[in-house]
Amino acid sequence: MTKKSHRVLPGFGLSLGYALVYLSLLVLIPLGGLIAKSAELSWAQFWDIATTARAFASYRVTFGCALLAAIVNGVFGLIVAWVLVRYEFPGKKLIDAFVDLPFALPTAVAGITLTSLYANTGWVGQYLEGVFGFKVAFTPAGIVVALIFIGIPFVVRTVQPVIEDIEQEVEEAASTLGATRAQTFARVLFPALFPALLTGFTLAFARAVGEYGSVIFIAGNMPMVSEITPLLIISKLEQYDLPGATVLAVVMLVISFVLLLSINLLQWWAANRHSGRHIDGGAQA
Amino acid sequence: MSKVHRVNTESRPIRWLLTALALGFLFFFLGLPLLTVFIEAFKQGFGPYWGALQEPDALSALGLTLLIALLVLPLNILFGFAAAWLIARFDFRGKSLLTTLIDLPFAVSPVVAGLLFILIFGRQGWLGPWLQAHDIKIIFALPGMVLATMFITLPYIARELIPLMQAQGKDEEEAAVSLGASGFQMFWRVTLPNVKWGLLYGIILANARAMGEFGAVSVVSGHIRGETNTLPLHVEILYNEYNTVGAFAAASVLALLALVTLVAKSFVEWRMQKETAMLGAELPAERVPLAAGAPQPAPRGGNEKLEATRRFSERTEQ
Repeated sequence: MTKKSHRVLPGFGLSLGYALVYLSLLVLIPLGGLIAKSAELSWAQFWDIATTARAFASYRVTFGCALLAAIVNGVFGLIVAWVLVRYEFPGKKLIDAFVDLPFALPTAVAGITLTSLYANTGWVGQYLEGVFGFKVAFTPAGIVVALIFIGIPFVVRTVQPVIEDIEQEVEEAASTLGATRAQTFARVLFPALFPALLTGFTLAFARAVGEYGSVIFIAGNMPMVSEITPLLIISKLEQYDLPGATVLAVVMLVISFVLLLSINLLQWWAANRHSGRHIDGGAQA
Repeated sequence: MSKVHRVNTESRPIRWLLTALALGFLFFFLGLPLLTVFIEAFKQGFGPYWGALQEPDALSALGLTLLIALLVLPLNILFGFAAAWLIARFDFRGKSLLTTLIDLPFAVSPVVAGLLFILIFGRQGWLGPWLQAHDIKIIFALPGMVLATMFITLPYIARELIPLMQAQGKDEEEAAVSLGASGFQMFWRVTLPNVKWGLLYGIILANARAMGEFGAVSVVSGHIRGETNTLPLHVEILYNEYNTVGAFAAASVLALLALVTLVAKSFVEWRMQKETAMLGAELPAERVPLAAGAPQPAPRGGNEKLEATRRFSERTEQ
């Protein structure tokens, strides 16, 4: 082949072969199998299984809690990233490394630990319930707590490098031109951070939607109230209801992909809008 | 530090408020849970703790967890190199599709990942009847758990090596080959030394995930005590039996593993930063968009090691 004569480096065929076999066996064939399995059902059957009241309730719990947790992570992740980049305090390096704990700690461990903390006998739970009458463990609020834990590093680690990259001159220019600190933040800093924040939010959200290990311990798992879709898939599997499990899995995959795609588009829009404005500002100056 | 001289910063009360909010958030959601693991594990003293870890079921769960990681990691390392070699060194049709496929497991729920293999190898699956006829067990046995773990950890090492090798370029390898090095010599003497810290970083992350995976493995394991129970699954069983000390004792082993992972990760990050500093201007962060958020070559190092960041740089690039 003519192509081959241009390649100085060896190993193209070998790498391609191994990578393709690996990906096919683990990803392509299994996903194809999932789609083929769901195609065995008629559209009406598929629709019936996907839209039972229990399934609907589980989507609401899964996506609702994931959304709430991602919002909390968006707000606090931005603050944590800001504090870690801009301020000095003792133990900062250690705390910075510690932010990655949710990536390293197995989810089952996180699950039982959060449950014992937030149960009505736990350190945090007894005060929340005793003082505020707010039950966390074994309610949807517990699911949100677990998903916040899981998602912490995503927002912090996406926003952090962007804050590091912001040139101080931009802020100084804004304040020289008479902007207050709040104005500088709202008009200069936040627009620059927004695309990264949105990415971190998306990643935290996507992770939260699929999360299982940390949630099942704290959720209480009551059908219609605090049952997440992954758990419903498992309970269908345990009843040997393979088609039911398959349909729910397909629904989850599709919703996740659509959400990720739309948030990506939104982000692309945000990034472009910002860069456009940036040029405008430059022209006016 | 230039930051000390900043004129332009928040007023002191706001600085304190933000710091308090950030640290308070991290304390309640990260620090307290980690403390709780050890406090609950030692609630009844050291004796019961040690006893729980000496249980044959706990030991076999630990053994199985290590065995799965040991089987999965070498294959994953090979895949990481194959994928990175293809994507960073050659141009071919379907390259971006390949990149997307590598990221796909990140977007799939672990439970769905487990289900995928049940649909193929399970009793009612495509190959189920054939496997039963030949008395081969994949689901509810070790091979299924290895497959599920392979699926979950698939992106980790490749996502680490690809941006690193892209940033380094292929000049050194081409020089080695044109000077007469064999493919193996080139890999061993040039490619591997260049990426060793990035590789180690990927291995650390993949290993943590492989040993800690719960959802996917839980679906395909069948929870047979002493046979198909990994340490995370053992934690679940004990916890559901109200054996709190046992569950948290096993959990403390996993938490220790997580702490070791964080320390190792910080060490590798520090080494990579040092190496980048020595390379100096050779790898400007802006040169390759992927590398800006990628762990190794970015001079600011430190915090940018995560797939979150990497994905970010990719997305902003689009």
